[in-house]
Amino acid sequence: MKEPPSAATKIDFWQRLSRNRALLLLLSLLLFLLIWQMLVIVLNLPGFILPSPAEVGRKFLSVLSTGLLWRHFSSTLGEILLGLLIGISAATLLGYALSKSPLAERLLSPFLVGSQSIPMVAVAPLLVIWFGPGLLSKVLICSLTVFFPVLINTLVGLRDVPPELREVMRSLRATPAQMLRYLEIPAALPVFLGGLRVGASLSVIGAIVGELVASDRGLGFLINVGRGQYDTALVFVAVICLVVLAASLYGLVLLLENKVLSWQTWRKEA
Amino acid sequence: MPSPSEIALQVSDLEVTFIDSDGTLEVLDKLNFSIARNAFVCIVGPSGGGKSTLLRAVAGLIQPNGGKVLFPGESESKPQTGLVFQKPNLFPWRTLRENISLPLEIDHRPDAEISRLTQEMIHLVGLEGFEKAYPHELSGGMAQRVAIARCLVQDPEILLLDEPFGQLDALTRERMGDELLRIWNEQRKTVLMVTHSIPEAIFLADRVLVLTSRPARVIMDLPITLPRPRTDAMRYLPEFTEASRLLHEQLKGSTAPAN
Repeated sequence: MKEPPSAATKIDFWQRLSRNRALLLLLSLLLFLLIWQMLVIVLNLPGFILPSPAEVGRKFLSVLSTGLLWRHFSSTLGEILLGLLIGISAATLLGYALSKSPLAERLLSPFLVGSQSIPMVAVAPLLVIWFGPGLLSKVLICSLTVFFPVLINTLVGLRDVPPELREVMRSLRATPAQMLRYLEIPAALPVFLGGLRVGASLSVIGAIVGELVASDRGLGFLINVGRGQYDTALVFVAVICLVVLAASLYGLVLLLENKVLSWQTWRKEA
Repeated sequence: MPSPSEIALQVSDLEVTFIDSDGTLEVLDKLNFSIARNAFVCIVGPSGGGKSTLLRAVAGLIQPNGGKVLFPGESESKPQTGLVFQKPNLFPWRTLRENISLPLEIDHRPDAEISRLTQEMIHLVGLEGFEKAYPHELSGGMAQRVAIARCLVQDPEILLLDEPFGQLDALTRERMGDELLRIWNEQRKTVLMVTHSIPEAIFLADRVLVLTSRPARVIMDLPITLPRPRTDAMRYLPEFTEASRLLHEQLKGSTAPAN
């Protein structure tokens, strides 16, 4: 009797693979590049329709060495960081104020809900008309995109602070500042950070939308240039930079969440 | 009557009314009683009868519509009351130790004092070894001990307990009662406790007050003369049974629909 190649070790191999996240990520990336290269070869597409991974890689190195990529990348990054800073601060402050005044919240909430359904892409040209094609309009578009998810989550987070814990704080004669520090901030933090995660990803879209409408620098501008010159490899380089940027911002917020919400071990277990 | 200096809490003509959808609702109506220093007093009454409202008014969480809550005690620096709720109401993002130290942090005490007093309280409620546990890792009885420690760490003159063991199973409940008596004995506090359980009230208290339903009035003030320390065997004494019968009859009467 011949033993079949033991099923146990086979399962073991797949299980171990499925646990090694870094290896899996690398594998899926390689697979993606392979399919991409195959597509280019099999369909025999010209470079301006679909450049091969190698072409994109060469393009990346060349714009990196001339400093062109960094100039545009840093410009977009600056817009995003400024936009995040303004959008998050404004949303947090307004969210806190609205949570303290139910009347103001009820007055404003139709506008808040309505404004969320306005596509930023449609408003961007307007902001460029009003504030010019420079840095300001991009930062504004970016902060507006960040503003709403952060505002809504700040509001929801603060509103859902358990009333019985508020009563504990009151029975301990806490001041409003202590209420904020010891109860409201930690209690609202999980929901707030959820909003921040959405906002961080959206901020990249906001900046790019602004740049695509009108600009003379940034990754969105680079995309426009690449499109105009049929330099599709350049477009790919810009898009990949954007993906990396958005993923890094998202990852940063995740990191922050894991650090700040370490007490929620039950969340990870569930 | 005890002399004024021996009175820890004086409630006179206390009135609390709530305004709900049907107009005003009288919860407490000219309530009068006083509690001697270091006494253990239990309040029993029909549910929804305003017992919790009374405790909240004494704790200063509700502004009464009339009457007064007085603390004739001499101390000005110490907080007058500490309130323990029906649920532990612990802060889920704080460890057991950090939950107990919260009142001291709010009071801006120096760090050394905070850690010393917190450790004392952890010892008092017997939770050494669990300092770093988060509330979701604690059993119901442990969580309520933390709530009691959080209240006691402020060293209040009067400990107010709002059905603190209501959510515990019967055995844990009895054990917590013993614990509470031990803590009361060590700390020498004035205790005012609301409970649903007549045996619990008799077992713990020096005096049991019976409240009527809305509006609440004191309809019975029953001294419990069982000696201290209380033991489980006393639950079967004729005095215990007699007190139980008296309270039960009063409660039944107070919940009967008014004609």
